[in-house]
Amino acid sequence: MRVAMLLLLAAFWLAGPASAEVQEVYDFDTRAEEQRYQQLISELRCPKCQNQNIADSNAPISKDMRDQVYRMMRQGASNEEIVGDLVARFGEFVQYKPPVDKRTIVLWAFPAIAAIGGFLVVAGVLWRARRRNEQDSALSDDEKRRAERILKDQGGSSDR
Amino acid sequence: MKRFFLFLPLLVAVGVGVFLFAGLGKDPTKLESALIGKPVPEFSLEDLSDPELKHDNSVFKGEVSLLNVWAEWCPSCWDEHEYLMHLARDKGVRIVGLNYKDQRENAFRFLNRLGNPYETIIFDPEGKLGFDLGVYGAPETYVISADGIVLHRHVGVVNEQVWQQELLPIVNEARGES
Repeated sequence: MRVAMLLLLAAFWLAGPASAEVQEVYDFDTRAEEQRYQQLISELRCPKCQNQNIADSNAPISKDMRDQVYRMMRQGASNEEIVGDLVARFGEFVQYKPPVDKRTIVLWAFPAIAAIGGFLVVAGVLWRARRRNEQDSALSDDEKRRAERILKDQGGSSDR
Repeated sequence: MKRFFLFLPLLVAVGVGVFLFAGLGKDPTKLESALIGKPVPEFSLEDLSDPELKHDNSVFKGEVSLLNVWAEWCPSCWDEHEYLMHLARDKGVRIVGLNYKDQRENAFRFLNRLGNPYETIIFDPEGKLGFDLGVYGAPETYVISADGIVLHRHVGVVNEQVWQQELLPIVNEARGES
């Protein structure tokens, strides 16, 4: 039993690296540079295999895009320049995070609009419900006098 | 006023329905090129059959052209080739080929078997011009104006329907202007 478990573990251990084999080997001077690269390629979207970022995709086009990211980093380009360069070629589509501008402002503002809208609806419903309660319980002077009379009569009758 | 609020959920549902319905028929794998209205990116690449001959952006000058991105390894390119032959032979359309990430021998084999509809073929083994154009899946066909401006991109096979409905109107308009 123990041998079987060990074999199973060994199998998993061997299978692990094989499944994570999309990346080419690039040299980076610092750990920070490498992290910046990883960050960039995880935020860029593959135009061919549309629901993958270029870090996960092994489509040839994703490899070209990773090469370009690496090349531009080597040349000292900023993140904005690199993303801008790829957007100029492949369109806005390759950005998982669209920039905030005139066309996308509704998209970005929608969560806030929805939250505020929901809050207003709930507040409105509560306010109306409370006001209705007050109105229902409010009796006119005539009705109050009548109510007192009835209560008095009832009180007298219950004494008997 | 109270009645109106009763209908509010219905109105919201209809609104969302209309919005989503509009997106139903769209093919999400077809992306508009980022280069529409811009010149073809600068390039200098060898001719497919003559390594001594270099092509640059001037191949597009003077006449409205189709730029067809193809490769021997691309199955859909085999499918559309017959229609490209028809366009070049019978309709007099000028087609420039961009042989994309291919090998010369393979490209020649392809052309020998299916014919050559291209007036000029640019050889791009590393996909440099392809990358600058934003090619993400061959075959792709671009309409290029007589001044070398990208007017339109079609991703996928060109057939009678695509030509008549999508490409021909743009080609005609571009010819009319120039």
